[in-house]
Amino acid sequence: MSLLNLTLKVWRQDNPSDSGRIETYEAKEIPTSASFLEMIDIVNERLIKDGHDPIHFDHDCREGICGMCSMTINGVPHSKERGTTTCQLHMRKFSDGETIYIEPFRAKAFPVIKDLVTDRSSFDRIIGAGGFISVRTGSAPDAHAVPVPKPDADAAFDAAACIGCGACVATCKNASAMLFVSAKASHLNHLPQGQVEKDQRTLSMVRQMDAEGFGNCTNQYECEAVCPKEISVQHIAKLNRDYLAASAREGVS
Amino acid sequence: MSSSKCSLCTFIKSSIGRKLVVALTGLALVLFLAGHLSGNLLIFAGAEVFDAYAEFLHSFLHGMGVWVARIGLLACFVIHIWFTVLLTRENKKARTPYVHEATVQASKSSRIMIWSGLTILAFVIFHLLHFTVRIDSDLAALGEASPWEMVIQGFQNPLVTIFYVIAMTLLCSHLSHGVASIFQTLGLRSKKTAGAIKFISCAYAFVIYVGFISIPLSIWLFGFGR
Ligand code: HEM
Ligand code: SF4
Ligand code: FES
Repeated sequence: MSLLNLTLKVWRQDNPSDSGRIETYEAKEIPTSASFLEMIDIVNERLIKDGHDPIHFDHDCREGICGMCSMTINGVPHSKERGTTTCQLHMRKFSDGETIYIEPFRAKAFPVIKDLVTDRSSFDRIIGAGGFISVRTGSAPDAHAVPVPKPDADAAFDAAACIGCGACVATCKNASAMLFVSAKASHLNHLPQGQVEKDQRTLSMVRQMDAEGFGNCTNQYECEAVCPKEISVQHIAKLNRDYLAASAREGVS
Repeated sequence: MSSSKCSLCTFIKSSIGRKLVVALTGLALVLFLAGHLSGNLLIFAGAEVFDAYAEFLHSFLHGMGVWVARIGLLACFVIHIWFTVLLTRENKKARTPYVHEATVQASKSSRIMIWSGLTILAFVIFHLLHFTVRIDSDLAALGEASPWEMVIQGFQNPLVTIFYVIAMTLLCSHLSHGVASIFQTLGLRSKKTAGAIKFISCAYAFVIYVGFISIPLSIWLFGFGR
Protein backbone atom coordinates (compact mmCIF):
# COMPACT_ATOMS: atom_id res chain seq x y z
CA MET A 1 0.00 0.00 0.00
CA SER A 2 1.39 3.37 -0.91
CA LEU A 3 1.74 6.07 1.72
CA LEU A 4 1.53 9.83 1.29
CA ASN A 5 3.45 12.59 3.00
CA LEU A 6 1.50 15.82 2.93
CA THR A 7 1.72 19.35 4.25
CA LEU A 8 -1.49 20.65 5.79
CA LYS A 9 -2.28 24.34 6.17
CA VAL A 10 -5.10 24.24 8.69
CA TRP A 11 -7.29 27.04 10.03
CA ARG A 12 -7.06 27.12 13.83
CA GLN A 13 -9.40 29.33 15.78
CA ASP A 14 -9.76 28.95 19.54
CA ASN A 15 -13.26 30.34 19.89
CA PRO A 16 -15.85 32.41 17.99
CA SER A 17 -14.22 35.73 18.87
CA ASP A 18 -10.64 34.64 18.13
CA SER A 19 -9.37 36.07 14.85
CA GLY A 20 -7.89 32.70 13.84
CA ARG A 21 -4.77 31.76 11.88
CA ILE A 22 -3.37 29.17 9.49
CA GLU A 23 -1.05 26.59 11.06
CA THR A 24 1.14 24.12 9.24
CA TYR A 25 1.23 20.39 10.03
CA GLU A 26 3.07 17.52 8.42
CA ALA A 27 0.77 14.57 7.69
CA LYS A 28 3.16 11.64 7.44
CA GLU A 29 2.58 8.14 6.08
CA ILE A 30 -1.07 8.55 5.20
CA PRO A 31 -2.52 5.43 3.49
CA THR A 32 -4.19 6.21 0.16
CA SER A 33 -7.16 4.12 1.31
CA ALA A 34 -7.87 6.52 4.19
CA SER A 35 -10.71 8.97 3.89
CA PHE A 36 -9.98 12.67 4.31
CA LEU A 37 -11.42 12.60 7.82
CA GLU A 38 -9.34 9.53 8.72
CA MET A 39 -6.28 11.43 7.53
CA ILE A 40 -7.11 14.16 10.05
CA ASP A 41 -7.73 11.51 12.71
CA ILE A 42 -4.19 10.24 12.14
CA VAL A 43 -2.76 13.76 12.39
CA ASN A 44 -4.83 14.40 15.53
CA GLU A 45 -3.58 11.23 17.23
CA ARG A 46 -0.05 12.49 16.85
CA LEU A 47 -1.03 15.96 18.05
CA ILE A 48 -2.64 14.46 21.15
CA LYS A 49 0.35 12.21 21.80
CA ASP A 50 2.61 15.26 21.62
CA GLY A 51 0.39 17.09 24.08
CA HIS A 52 -1.17 19.52 21.57
CA ASP A 53 -4.79 20.51 21.03
CA PRO A 54 -6.21 18.32 18.23
CA ILE A 55 -7.82 19.90 15.15
CA HIS A 56 -11.54 20.17 15.85
CA PHE A 57 -13.89 19.24 13.02
CA ASP A 58 -17.51 18.17 12.52
CA HIS A 59 -18.47 14.66 11.42
CA ASP A 60 -21.06 12.04 12.16
CA CYS A 61 -22.13 9.34 9.70
CA ARG A 62 -18.94 9.26 7.64
CA GLU A 63 -20.94 7.78 4.80
CA GLY A 64 -22.15 10.89 2.99
CA ILE A 65 -25.68 11.13 4.33
CA CYS A 66 -25.74 13.31 7.43
CA GLY A 67 -24.22 16.55 6.16
CA MET A 68 -22.10 17.19 9.25
CA CYS A 69 -18.63 17.07 7.74
CA SER A 70 -17.76 20.54 6.58
CA MET A 71 -14.35 21.51 5.38
CA THR A 72 -13.17 23.69 2.59
CA ILE A 73 -10.30 21.89 0.91
CA ASN A 74 -8.03 24.05 -1.24
CA GLY A 75 -10.78 26.67 -1.46
CA VAL A 76 -13.56 24.26 -2.44
CA PRO A 77 -16.07 22.88 0.10
CA HIS A 78 -15.82 19.05 0.19
CA SER A 79 -12.88 19.42 -2.27
CA LYS A 80 -12.92 19.79 -6.04
CA GLU A 81 -14.15 16.21 -6.55
CA ARG A 82 -17.74 16.37 -7.82
CA GLY A 83 -20.65 14.89 -5.90
CA THR A 84 -18.59 13.99 -2.84
CA THR A 85 -18.72 14.82 0.86
CA THR A 86 -15.46 15.27 2.75
CA CYS A 87 -16.04 12.00 4.60
CA GLN A 88 -16.38 10.13 1.30
CA LEU A 89 -13.26 11.70 -0.18
CA HIS A 90 -10.31 9.34 -0.40
CA MET A 91 -6.68 10.26 0.01
CA ARG A 92 -5.84 8.53 -3.27
CA LYS A 93 -7.19 11.69 -4.92
CA PHE A 94 -4.09 13.50 -3.59
CA SER A 95 -0.48 13.07 -4.54
CA ASP A 96 2.61 12.68 -2.43
CA GLY A 97 4.19 15.95 -1.30
CA GLU A 98 1.05 18.02 -1.88
CA THR A 99 0.15 21.02 0.26
CA ILE A 100 -3.51 21.10 1.25
CA TYR A 101 -5.36 24.10 2.63
CA ILE A 102 -8.13 23.14 5.07
CA GLU A 103 -10.53 25.86 6.20
CA PRO A 104 -13.98 25.95 7.78
CA PHE A 105 -17.12 26.65 5.73
CA ARG A 106 -17.03 30.43 5.63
CA ALA A 107 -20.09 32.69 5.78
CA LYS A 108 -21.33 35.32 8.21
CA ALA A 109 -24.38 33.15 8.82
CA PHE A 110 -22.13 30.18 9.75
CA PRO A 111 -19.99 31.52 12.61
CA VAL A 112 -16.94 29.45 13.50
CA ILE A 113 -17.21 27.76 16.90
CA LYS A 114 -13.71 26.31 16.93
CA ASP A 115 -11.19 25.47 14.21
CA LEU A 116 -13.22 23.80 11.44
CA VAL A 117 -16.46 23.55 13.41
CA THR A 118 -19.15 26.01 12.39
CA ASP A 119 -22.58 26.81 13.76
CA ARG A 120 -25.05 26.00 10.98
CA SER A 121 -28.19 26.30 13.08
CA SER A 122 -29.35 29.08 10.74
CA PHE A 123 -30.34 26.21 8.42
CA ASP A 124 -32.39 24.61 11.21
CA ARG A 125 -34.26 27.87 11.72
CA ILE A 126 -35.06 28.03 8.00
CA ILE A 127 -36.47 24.50 8.17
CA GLY A 128 -38.38 25.47 11.30
CA ALA A 129 -39.90 28.39 9.41
CA GLY A 130 -41.53 26.24 6.72
CA GLY A 131 -39.64 23.10 5.73
CA PHE A 132 -42.37 20.75 6.92
CA ILE A 133 -45.93 19.61 6.27
CA SER A 134 -48.54 19.60 9.02
CA VAL A 135 -50.15 16.17 9.33
CA ARG A 136 -51.72 14.11 12.05
CA THR A 137 -49.28 11.69 13.55
CA GLY A 138 -50.30 8.06 13.83
CA SER A 139 -49.84 5.06 11.61
CA ALA A 140 -48.28 5.73 8.22
CA PRO A 141 -50.78 6.22 5.38
CA ASP A 142 -50.90 3.64 2.58
CA ALA A 143 -48.22 4.34 -0.01
CA HIS A 144 -50.78 4.68 -2.81
CA ALA A 145 -53.30 6.75 -0.83
CA VAL A 146 -52.15 9.98 -2.47
CA PRO A 147 -51.17 9.56 -6.12
CA VAL A 148 -48.12 11.61 -7.15
CA PRO A 149 -47.38 12.16 -10.85
CA LYS A 150 -44.06 10.55 -11.78
CA PRO A 151 -42.29 13.78 -12.90
CA ASP A 152 -43.25 15.47 -9.61
CA ALA A 153 -42.14 12.49 -7.59
CA ASP A 154 -38.78 12.49 -9.39
CA ALA A 155 -38.25 16.24 -8.95
CA ALA A 156 -39.22 16.06 -5.29
CA PHE A 157 -36.90 13.13 -4.77
CA ASP A 158 -33.97 14.93 -6.40
CA ALA A 159 -34.54 17.93 -4.17
CA ALA A 160 -34.98 15.78 -1.08
CA ALA A 161 -31.47 14.40 -1.56
CA CYS A 162 -30.10 17.61 0.04
CA ILE A 163 -28.31 16.70 3.28
CA GLY A 164 -28.17 20.28 4.55
CA CYS A 165 -24.40 20.40 4.70
CA GLY A 166 -24.06 24.06 3.75
CA ALA A 167 -21.40 23.61 1.06
CA CYS A 168 -23.55 25.67 -1.29
CA VAL A 169 -23.33 28.65 1.08
CA ALA A 170 -19.65 28.09 1.77
CA THR A 171 -18.69 28.16 -1.90
CA CYS A 172 -21.03 30.93 -3.01
CA LYS A 173 -19.26 34.25 -3.65
CA ASN A 174 -22.21 35.89 -1.89
CA ALA A 175 -22.73 33.25 0.82
CA SER A 176 -26.27 32.80 -0.48
CA ALA A 177 -28.36 29.91 0.82
CA MET A 178 -30.58 29.74 -2.24
CA LEU A 179 -29.64 26.21 -3.28
CA PHE A 180 -30.38 24.76 0.15
CA VAL A 181 -33.61 26.72 0.63
CA SER A 182 -34.79 25.99 -2.90
CA ALA A 183 -34.10 22.27 -2.49
CA LYS A 184 -36.03 22.11 0.78
CA ALA A 185 -38.93 24.20 -0.53
CA SER A 186 -39.01 22.46 -3.92
CA HIS A 187 -39.09 19.02 -2.29
CA LEU A 188 -42.41 19.79 -0.55
CA ASN A 189 -43.80 22.26 -3.11
CA HIS A 190 -43.67 19.52 -5.76
CA LEU A 191 -45.83 17.10 -3.77
CA PRO A 192 -49.61 17.04 -3.25
CA GLN A 193 -49.00 16.80 0.51
CA GLY A 194 -47.13 20.09 0.38
CA GLN A 195 -49.75 22.12 -1.51
CA VAL A 196 -51.83 23.34 1.45
CA GLU A 197 -48.95 25.23 3.02
CA LYS A 198 -47.07 25.97 -0.20
CA ASP A 199 -47.34 29.77 -0.25
CA GLN A 200 -46.77 30.19 3.45
CA ARG A 201 -43.81 27.82 3.34
CA THR A 202 -42.20 29.67 0.45
CA LEU A 203 -42.65 33.11 2.02
CA SER A 204 -41.55 32.03 5.51
CA MET A 205 -38.46 30.14 4.39
CA VAL A 206 -37.24 32.97 2.15
CA ARG A 207 -37.86 35.55 4.88
CA GLN A 208 -36.00 33.46 7.45
CA MET A 209 -33.15 33.02 4.97
CA ASP A 210 -32.92 36.80 4.55
CA ALA A 211 -33.11 37.38 8.30
CA GLU A 212 -30.19 35.02 8.91
CA GLY A 213 -27.86 37.25 6.91
CA PHE A 214 -27.16 35.07 3.89
CA GLY A 215 -26.23 36.93 0.70
CA ASN A 216 -28.23 37.30 -2.52
CA CYS A 217 -27.91 34.86 -5.39
CA THR A 218 -26.16 36.23 -8.51
CA ASN A 219 -26.70 33.14 -10.67
CA GLN A 220 -23.08 32.03 -10.78
CA TYR A 221 -23.94 28.40 -10.04
CA GLU A 222 -20.92 27.64 -7.87
CA CYS A 223 -23.34 25.91 -5.47
CA GLU A 224 -24.49 23.36 -8.03
CA ALA A 225 -20.87 22.51 -8.86
CA VAL A 226 -19.84 21.73 -5.27
CA CYS A 227 -23.08 20.24 -3.92
CA PRO A 228 -22.27 16.67 -2.80
CA LYS A 229 -25.81 15.66 -3.80
CA GLU A 230 -25.62 17.53 -7.12
CA ILE A 231 -28.81 19.49 -6.44
CA SER A 232 -29.70 21.44 -9.60
CA VAL A 233 -30.07 25.24 -9.71
CA GLN A 234 -33.33 24.47 -11.50
CA HIS A 235 -34.78 24.40 -7.99
CA ILE A 236 -33.66 28.01 -7.49
CA ALA A 237 -35.59 29.02 -10.63
CA LYS A 238 -38.64 27.28 -9.17
CA LEU A 239 -38.18 29.03 -5.82
CA ASN A 240 -38.04 32.39 -7.64
CA ARG A 241 -41.30 31.52 -9.43
CA ASP A 242 -43.03 30.20 -6.32
CA TYR A 243 -41.93 33.19 -4.27
CA LEU A 244 -43.24 35.64 -6.87
CA ALA A 245 -46.57 33.83 -7.08
CA ALA A 246 -46.89 33.52 -3.30
CA SER A 247 -46.09 37.23 -2.83
CA ALA A 248 -48.65 38.20 -5.46
CA ARG A 249 -51.35 36.06 -3.83
CA GLU A 250 -50.46 37.45 -0.42
CA GLY A 251 -50.76 40.94 -1.87
CA VAL A 252 -54.27 40.52 -3.27
CA SER A 253 -55.69 38.61 -0.33
CA MET B 1 -55.42 48.14 -0.16
CA SER B 2 -52.97 49.04 2.57
CA SER B 3 -52.13 45.37 2.99
CA SER B 4 -51.34 45.00 -0.71
CA LYS B 5 -49.13 48.08 -0.62
CA CYS B 6 -47.33 46.69 2.35
CA SER B 7 -46.71 43.30 0.77
CA LEU B 8 -45.18 45.06 -2.22
CA CYS B 9 -42.78 46.76 0.21
CA THR B 10 -41.99 43.41 1.83
CA PHE B 11 -41.46 41.89 -1.59
CA ILE B 12 -39.07 44.65 -2.69
CA LYS B 13 -37.13 44.31 0.56
CA SER B 14 -36.65 40.55 0.14
CA SER B 15 -33.61 39.11 -1.60
CA ILE B 16 -35.65 37.51 -4.39
CA GLY B 17 -37.82 40.62 -4.82
CA ARG B 18 -34.82 42.87 -5.31
CA LYS B 19 -33.28 40.41 -7.72
CA LEU B 20 -36.48 40.55 -9.72
CA VAL B 21 -36.34 44.35 -9.87
CA VAL B 22 -32.75 44.12 -11.14
CA ALA B 23 -33.77 41.58 -13.76
CA LEU B 24 -36.78 43.60 -15.01
CA THR B 25 -34.89 46.89 -15.22
CA GLY B 26 -32.00 44.99 -16.84
CA LEU B 27 -34.42 43.50 -19.35
CA ALA B 28 -35.80 46.95 -20.22
CA LEU B 29 -32.24 48.21 -20.80
CA VAL B 30 -31.42 45.13 -22.88
CA LEU B 31 -34.44 45.78 -25.13
CA PHE B 32 -33.49 49.44 -25.39
CA LEU B 33 -29.97 48.51 -26.49
CA ALA B 34 -31.34 46.41 -29.35
CA GLY B 35 -33.46 49.33 -30.54
CA HIS B 36 -30.68 51.86 -30.08
CA LEU B 37 -28.26 49.73 -32.09
CA SER B 38 -30.73 49.20 -34.95
CA GLY B 39 -31.20 52.96 -35.19
CA ASN B 40 -27.51 53.76 -34.92
CA LEU B 41 -26.58 51.37 -37.72
CA LEU B 42 -28.53 53.66 -40.08
CA ILE B 43 -25.38 55.76 -39.98
CA PHE B 44 -24.06 53.45 -42.70
CA ALA B 45 -27.08 54.32 -44.89
CA GLY B 46 -25.75 57.86 -45.20
CA ALA B 47 -26.38 61.34 -43.86
CA GLU B 48 -29.86 61.75 -45.31
CA VAL B 49 -31.34 58.56 -43.84
CA PHE B 50 -29.64 59.00 -40.46
CA ASP B 51 -30.66 62.65 -40.10
CA ALA B 52 -34.23 61.78 -41.05
CA TYR B 53 -34.20 59.07 -38.37
CA ALA B 54 -32.91 61.57 -35.78
CA GLU B 55 -35.58 64.03 -36.88
CA PHE B 56 -38.23 61.30 -36.53
CA LEU B 57 -37.11 60.49 -32.95
CA HIS B 58 -37.36 64.15 -31.97
CA SER B 59 -40.71 64.79 -33.59
CA PHE B 60 -42.37 61.52 -32.55
CA LEU B 61 -45.63 62.27 -30.64
CA HIS B 62 -45.00 66.00 -31.17
CA GLY B 63 -41.64 65.73 -29.43
CA MET B 64 -43.13 63.99 -26.40
CA GLY B 65 -41.97 60.51 -27.45
CA VAL B 66 -38.32 61.12 -26.89
CA TRP B 67 -38.97 62.51 -23.41
CA VAL B 68 -41.17 59.60 -22.42
CA ALA B 69 -38.39 57.25 -23.50
CA ARG B 70 -35.72 59.29 -21.71
CA ILE B 71 -37.63 59.40 -18.43
CA GLY B 72 -38.46 55.69 -18.61
CA LEU B 73 -34.87 54.76 -19.36
CA LEU B 74 -33.49 57.03 -16.68
CA ALA B 75 -35.83 55.45 -14.13
CA CYS B 76 -34.78 51.92 -15.14
CA PHE B 77 -31.12 52.89 -15.08
CA VAL B 78 -31.27 54.55 -11.65
CA ILE B 79 -33.31 51.73 -10.12
CA HIS B 80 -31.01 49.11 -11.64
CA ILE B 81 -27.92 50.82 -10.24
CA TRP B 82 -29.50 51.50 -6.84
CA PHE B 83 -30.48 47.87 -6.32
CA THR B 84 -27.33 46.29 -7.74
CA VAL B 85 -25.12 48.46 -5.54
CA LEU B 86 -27.27 47.53 -2.56
CA LEU B 87 -27.13 43.81 -3.40
CA THR B 88 -23.40 43.87 -4.07
CA ARG B 89 -22.68 45.55 -0.74
CA GLU B 90 -24.85 43.06 1.14
CA ASN B 91 -23.18 40.17 -0.65
CA LYS B 92 -19.73 41.38 0.34
CA LYS B 93 -20.91 41.62 3.93
CA ALA B 94 -22.39 38.10 3.97
CA ARG B 95 -19.06 36.55 3.03
CA THR B 96 -15.94 35.82 5.08
CA PRO B 97 -12.90 35.49 2.84
CA TYR B 98 -10.92 32.27 2.45
CA VAL B 99 -7.15 32.24 2.84
CA HIS B 100 -7.06 29.96 -0.19
CA GLU B 101 -9.73 31.23 -2.60
CA ALA B 102 -10.92 29.09 -5.49
CA THR B 103 -13.59 29.36 -8.18
CA VAL B 104 -15.16 26.26 -9.69
CA GLN B 105 -17.35 27.50 -12.51
CA ALA B 106 -18.46 31.11 -11.98
CA SER B 107 -17.58 33.01 -15.15
CA LYS B 108 -15.23 35.96 -15.09
CA SER B 109 -18.05 38.15 -16.43
CA SER B 110 -20.36 37.17 -13.58
CA ARG B 111 -17.68 38.10 -11.06
CA ILE B 112 -17.04 41.60 -12.37
CA MET B 113 -20.69 42.67 -12.82
CA ILE B 114 -20.34 45.64 -10.50
CA TRP B 115 -17.18 46.86 -12.28
CA SER B 116 -18.53 46.37 -15.78
CA GLY B 117 -21.72 48.09 -14.60
CA LEU B 118 -19.90 51.08 -13.13
CA THR B 119 -17.87 51.45 -16.33
CA ILE B 120 -21.13 51.52 -18.27
CA LEU B 121 -22.39 54.20 -15.90
CA ALA B 122 -19.28 56.34 -16.49
CA PHE B 123 -19.64 55.78 -20.21
CA VAL B 124 -23.32 56.70 -20.30
CA ILE B 125 -22.64 59.98 -18.49
CA PHE B 126 -19.87 60.83 -20.95
CA HIS B 127 -21.93 59.68 -23.94
CA LEU B 128 -24.90 61.89 -23.01
CA LEU B 129 -22.69 64.94 -22.47
CA HIS B 130 -20.98 64.21 -25.78
CA PHE B 131 -23.89 63.54 -28.14
CA THR B 132 -27.11 64.50 -26.32
CA VAL B 133 -26.27 67.57 -24.20
CA ARG B 134 -23.36 68.39 -26.56
CA ILE B 135 -21.09 70.30 -24.21
CA ASP B 136 -18.59 70.76 -27.04
CA SER B 137 -19.90 73.85 -28.87
CA ASP B 138 -18.45 72.82 -32.25
CA LEU B 139 -20.22 69.48 -32.04
CA ALA B 140 -23.38 71.23 -30.87
CA ALA B 141 -23.38 73.44 -33.95
CA LEU B 142 -22.78 70.44 -36.20
CA GLY B 143 -25.50 68.50 -34.43
CA GLU B 144 -28.08 71.21 -35.10
CA ALA B 145 -27.44 70.95 -38.83
CA SER B 146 -26.74 67.22 -39.17
CA PRO B 147 -26.49 64.59 -36.41
CA TRP B 148 -24.70 62.38 -38.95
CA GLU B 149 -21.89 64.95 -39.33
CA MET B 150 -21.74 65.27 -35.54
CA VAL B 151 -21.16 61.53 -35.08
CA ILE B 152 -18.51 61.41 -37.79
CA GLN B 153 -16.76 64.42 -36.25
CA GLY B 154 -17.22 63.11 -32.70
CA PHE B 155 -15.33 59.90 -33.42
CA GLN B 156 -12.34 61.63 -35.02
CA ASN B 157 -10.94 61.92 -31.51
CA PRO B 158 -8.92 58.74 -30.74
CA LEU B 159 -9.45 59.04 -26.98
CA VAL B 160 -13.22 59.10 -27.46
CA THR B 161 -13.04 56.05 -29.69
CA ILE B 162 -10.77 54.11 -27.35
CA PHE B 163 -13.00 54.83 -24.33
CA TYR B 164 -16.01 53.84 -26.42
CA VAL B 165 -14.47 50.49 -27.34
CA ILE B 166 -13.39 49.76 -23.74
CA ALA B 167 -16.87 50.57 -22.44
CA MET B 168 -18.50 48.38 -25.10
CA THR B 169 -16.17 45.50 -24.20
CA LEU B 170 -17.33 45.68 -20.60
CA LEU B 171 -20.94 46.07 -21.73
CA CYS B 172 -20.51 42.87 -23.73
CA SER B 173 -19.17 41.14 -20.63
CA HIS B 174 -22.08 42.52 -18.54
CA LEU B 175 -24.63 41.28 -21.04
CA SER B 176 -23.09 37.85 -21.53
CA HIS B 177 -23.89 37.07 -17.89
CA GLY B 178 -26.82 39.45 -17.47
CA VAL B 179 -29.09 38.23 -20.26
CA ALA B 180 -28.83 34.58 -19.18
CA SER B 181 -29.33 35.71 -15.60
CA ILE B 182 -32.71 37.30 -16.44
CA PHE B 183 -34.12 33.88 -17.32
CA GLN B 184 -32.98 32.30 -14.06
CA THR B 185 -34.21 35.21 -11.93
CA LEU B 186 -37.61 35.14 -13.60
CA GLY B 187 -37.72 31.38 -13.02
CA LEU B 188 -37.68 30.53 -16.72
CA ARG B 189 -34.50 28.46 -16.83
CA SER B 190 -34.36 24.69 -16.54
CA LYS B 191 -31.77 21.98 -17.19
CA LYS B 192 -33.22 21.50 -20.68
CA THR B 193 -33.13 25.17 -21.66
CA ALA B 194 -29.84 26.08 -19.90
CA GLY B 195 -27.71 25.54 -23.01
CA ALA B 196 -29.99 27.53 -25.30
CA ILE B 197 -30.20 30.40 -22.80
CA LYS B 198 -26.45 30.58 -22.50
CA PHE B 199 -26.16 30.66 -26.27
CA ILE B 200 -28.79 33.40 -26.65
CA SER B 201 -27.05 35.45 -23.98
CA CYS B 202 -23.60 35.21 -25.56
CA ALA B 203 -24.95 35.74 -29.08
CA TYR B 204 -26.89 38.84 -27.99
CA ALA B 205 -23.84 40.26 -26.20
CA PHE B 206 -21.68 39.59 -29.26
CA VAL B 207 -24.10 41.23 -31.73
CA ILE B 208 -24.43 44.30 -29.49
CA TYR B 209 -20.65 44.48 -29.16
CA VAL B 210 -19.78 44.15 -32.83
CA GLY B 211 -22.68 46.40 -33.85
CA PHE B 212 -21.77 49.28 -31.56
CA ILE B 213 -18.00 49.24 -32.07
CA SER B 214 -18.38 48.95 -35.85
CA ILE B 215 -19.42 52.62 -35.95
CA PRO B 216 -16.46 54.36 -34.27
CA LEU B 217 -14.00 51.87 -35.75
CA SER B 218 -15.22 52.42 -39.31
CA ILE B 219 -14.96 56.16 -38.80
CA TRP B 220 -11.65 56.23 -37.00
CA LEU B 221 -9.76 53.38 -38.66
CA PHE B 222 -11.28 53.24 -42.13
CA GLY B 223 -12.15 56.90 -42.59
CA PHE B 224 -15.87 56.28 -43.09
CA GLY B 225 -17.74 59.55 -43.72
CA ARG B 226 -14.62 61.45 -44.75
C1 HEM C 1 -27.12 49.47 -20.54
C2 HEM C 1 -26.98 49.29 -19.29
C3 HEM C 1 -27.20 48.00 -18.52
C4 HEM C 1 -27.79 46.82 -18.91
C5 HEM C 1 -28.41 46.49 -20.25
C6 HEM C 1 -27.73 45.93 -17.77
C7 HEM C 1 -28.25 44.66 -17.76
C8 HEM C 1 -28.19 43.81 -16.68
C9 HEM C 1 -28.86 42.55 -16.60
C10 HEM C 1 -29.73 41.96 -17.66
C11 HEM C 1 -28.55 41.99 -15.39
C12 HEM C 1 -28.98 40.63 -14.87
C13 HEM C 1 -30.16 40.73 -13.94
C14 HEM C 1 -30.39 39.45 -13.20
O1 HEM C 1 -29.62 39.12 -12.27
O2 HEM C 1 -31.34 38.73 -13.52
C15 HEM C 1 -27.69 42.90 -14.73
C16 HEM C 1 -27.13 42.67 -13.49
C17 HEM C 1 -26.29 43.56 -12.85
N1 HEM C 1 -26.03 44.86 -13.24
FE1 HEM C 1 -26.56 45.70 -14.97
N2 HEM C 1 -27.09 46.55 -16.74
C18 HEM C 1 -26.76 47.82 -17.16
C19 HEM C 1 -26.13 48.78 -16.40
C20 HEM C 1 -25.60 48.60 -15.15
C21 HEM C 1 -24.94 49.61 -14.38
C22 HEM C 1 -24.73 51.07 -14.79
C23 HEM C 1 -24.54 49.03 -13.23
C24 HEM C 1 -23.78 49.77 -12.17
C25 HEM C 1 -23.80 49.56 -10.93
C26 HEM C 1 -24.94 47.63 -13.27
C27 HEM C 1 -24.67 46.68 -12.30
C28 HEM C 1 -25.14 45.40 -12.31
C29 HEM C 1 -24.82 44.39 -11.32
C30 HEM C 1 -23.87 44.56 -10.13
C31 HEM C 1 -25.54 43.25 -11.66
C32 HEM C 1 -25.54 41.92 -10.92
C33 HEM C 1 -26.67 41.90 -9.96
C34 HEM C 1 -26.98 40.53 -9.47
O3 HEM C 1 -26.72 39.56 -10.18
O4 HEM C 1 -27.48 40.43 -8.35
N3 HEM C 1 -25.60 47.40 -14.45
N4 HEM C 1 -27.49 44.01 -15.51
S1 SF4 D 1 -28.01 21.93 -1.57
FE1 SF4 D 1 -26.23 20.54 -1.66
S2 SF4 D 1 -24.53 21.79 -0.89
FE2 SF4 D 1 -26.40 22.82 -0.24
S3 SF4 D 1 -26.87 22.05 1.79
FE3 SF4 D 1 -27.99 20.71 0.35
S4 SF4 D 1 -26.57 19.00 -0.05
FE4 SF4 D 1 -25.32 20.63 0.90
S1 FES E 1 -19.92 12.82 8.05
FE1 FES E 1 -22.01 12.53 7.43
S2 FES E 1 -21.96 13.35 5.42
FE2 FES E 1 -19.88 13.43 5.96
